[in-house]
Amino acid sequence: MNRYSHPALSFRCLTTVWALLLVLTGITVFVSRLDLGALNIWAALGIATLKASLVVLYFMHLKHEPRLLKLCLFIALLTLASFIGLTFFDVLYR
Amino acid sequence: MTMQRDATAARLGMWLFLFSELLLFGGLFLLYAVYLARYPADFVAGGRQLDLLLGTGNTILLITSSLTVALALSALQQGRRRLCLGLLCATVLASLLFLVNKGVEWQAKFDHGLFPGGARLEETAPGQKVFFGLYFVTTGLHGLHVLIGAALLLWILGLVGSGRVTEQDPVMLENGALYWHLVDLIWIFIFPLYYLLL
Amino acid sequence: MAKQNDRGFLQASDRQPLLFDWIFSVDHKRIGLLYLYSVGAFFLAGVALGVLLRLELIAPGPTIATAQTYNALFTLHGVVMIFLFIIPGIPGAFGNLMLPLQIGARDVAFPRLNLLSWWLYILGAFMALTSLFSGGGPPDTGWTFYVPFSSETPTNVSLALLAVFIIGFSSILTGVNFVTTIHRLRAPGMHWGRLPLFVWSLYATAWVQILATPVLGITMVLLMVERLIGLGLFDPGRGGDPILYQHLFWIYSHPAVYIMILPAMGVVSEIIPVFARKPTFGYKAIAASSVAIAAAGSLVWGHHMFVSGMSDTAILVFSLLTFLVAIPSAVKVFNWVATLYRGSISLEPPMLFALAFVFLFSIGGLTGLILGSAATDVHVHDTHFVVGHFHYVMFGGTGFAFFAALHYWLPKVFGRMYNMKAATIAWAIIFVGFNLLYFPMMLVGLHGMPRRYYDYLPQFQQLNVIATAGSWVLAAGLLLMFVNLYRGMRRGAAAGSNPWQAATLEWVLTSPPPAESFSQPPQVTHGPYDLQQAGKP
Repeated sequence: MNRYSHPALSFRCLTTVWALLLVLTGITVFVSRLDLGALNIWAALGIATLKASLVVLYFMHLKHEPRLLKLCLFIALLTLASFIGLTFFDVLYR
Repeated sequence: MTMQRDATAARLGMWLFLFSELLLFGGLFLLYAVYLARYPADFVAGGRQLDLLLGTGNTILLITSSLTVALALSALQQGRRRLCLGLLCATVLASLLFLVNKGVEWQAKFDHGLFPGGARLEETAPGQKVFFGLYFVTTGLHGLHVLIGAALLLWILGLVGSGRVTEQDPVMLENGALYWHLVDLIWIFIFPLYYLLL
Repeated sequence: MAKQNDRGFLQASDRQPLLFDWIFSVDHKRIGLLYLYSVGAFFLAGVALGVLLRLELIAPGPTIATAQTYNALFTLHGVVMIFLFIIPGIPGAFGNLMLPLQIGARDVAFPRLNLLSWWLYILGAFMALTSLFSGGGPPDTGWTFYVPFSSETPTNVSLALLAVFIIGFSSILTGVNFVTTIHRLRAPGMHWGRLPLFVWSLYATAWVQILATPVLGITMVLLMVERLIGLGLFDPGRGGDPILYQHLFWIYSHPAVYIMILPAMGVVSEIIPVFARKPTFGYKAIAASSVAIAAAGSLVWGHHMFVSGMSDTAILVFSLLTFLVAIPSAVKVFNWVATLYRGSISLEPPMLFALAFVFLFSIGGLTGLILGSAATDVHVHDTHFVVGHFHYVMFGGTGFAFFAALHYWLPKVFGRMYNMKAATIAWAIIFVGFNLLYFPMMLVGLHGMPRRYYDYLPQFQQLNVIATAGSWVLAAGLLLMFVNLYRGMRRGAAAGSNPWQAATLEWVLTSPPPAESFSQPPQVTHGPYDLQQAGKP
């Protein structure tokens, strides 16, 4: 366990993820050219989150990490979300 | 003196450090969110003045460099050292290209007077001033991270070359790659938030 | 040979260790002592500044300093005490010294990173001091660096900001190191339910260091950029919002309060069961409340901004959340008191400081609720009431816990005991001086005296004179305490490996601990407060 490193991910798997990321980049550029009103920003964020998940899960091997690390990442993201969210209690109602 | 290397601990430490990097940029995303909510129209107007082509190009560059560094790690783990070195070179090259692009983009903004204190920016609405203020500080800080990441990977390239990072002990490369992926991650959010506003 | 062993890690080889053997050592114990000496030095500097501040306030009008000097004095007092003493104090010094010993580890997870962390701290401290004598003169903004003043003032704020940034970086690295150490390096048998409560508190603290400190980092960067090229992100004239600066600043700086107080609570949780000769009451509740305080404490920063022009909705939300933090804090206090109940209490110096902590922290905590409820806060905001309140928490809390830790652990670190009687007298003087100094501050604040003002109305003078007299008593007590500790560590009687008959792992080792503490990980067989098992792993 101490010297544990991940099993190497296959080139095929990594390249597939890369291709998906490029496709999603294309989609996000395309979607941004449509006028969806306020939905635009949420679509952009949604696609960015999807891309980020791919990078985190495969490129960064989170998929093969123990649950502890997934939990830690969740806590970090939750913290950031609460910082931004609670600030909006001020700026939205001022 | 030979401390037994604990690869899991090293990776956990790196992840924790990446969390704090995430929160560092988080402060900027907080400001972005608040000001976007306050000046939606100005932000769109500001976003239109950014170069979509350069932005998209840089996105593809960073995603590809993320791939090459991930491949480099896999190659090292499979014992293909020369391939690993080649892929790392490609990653560093991509990062330099990214910075050149960024320089071209910034230069264009300066030429157009779109910088704090610049003639054209001073005439625009407050919302646009905030947009460009955030743009410069966010892409600047990100660019700094690209530079640090490139230097880190260059150093690790040397370690792989001299046989100090090996198939049996790849943790340095693992951590360097993690850092590089974070740089990519941040950009994945910067790109739509700044370049794709419409 | 025997003599070397006596000196343990203090002298690992045949020759006297040189300065370089210390400042480039990666041994957690030596780094811990480096921190201890540096934070101790900055504490004394901060005390000196504080005494000068009080002297200026002994009478209305100019007394010993000009208004500008006074502004620089309170800024410096705040920056030194907050960033150079309280934040790195207990985790840096006692965390480094004791954390690996308490979990039976050989060292922290990343020893070299640990050394880098200390060096960054020293670099930051050096820059903070340089900012006094260079550029436009000492910063005069107060430690909070509020815009718009901080982005306009010609004094040398930028360098001070950079210093704070670097010290923050050092704090993040310590946090990363501690979390990894606690996850990966616990000795066999040291499962989470056997972790000493000090370790639990360091764990919660380290998470706050990792997740909140970077927000301070970016805030300092933004302000530096603001001063350099004027982005206008906080400048209403350019579309910015100065209140967002306050949000960003307090997103870090309120959790920072918990970076300061949580390890202190951990120290007290170690000391109380040992000197009451009873296992801790509610071990799990105390451990969980550390984590709960860290979590809830990260969500309450807005209570510093009730009068800033923030929205009423936000005031309501932040006030509610603030009251929630009182719950885990009270859980701790009740458990400490329940541990004391029917214990066989011995009032030795560490215990006296720990009990004073519980008393003073309770006052600090309860006055905090007055500030946490928006309606009363509007009345007392930015008065001396606030100054009194946070000194009760930070000094009465963290400061006293730091002194408790000194009296509890220094015999372990140096293998020598201080003079108990002198320590007890010093404690009494400090306790009296402390209350004499800060209680009148709260009263004069309720009467309406604002904080950070150079001058005041004549009717406030009486209470100010009492406070200033209290500062002298306090300083005298501190002097006695430090002299006594210093003499004890140099020439005191041998302390033995376990002078307090405590059951945590550090007391299994010789005093001072050997350079290679736990080169073989011990097999842990009992909980941290299983006092019958004292002296066994």
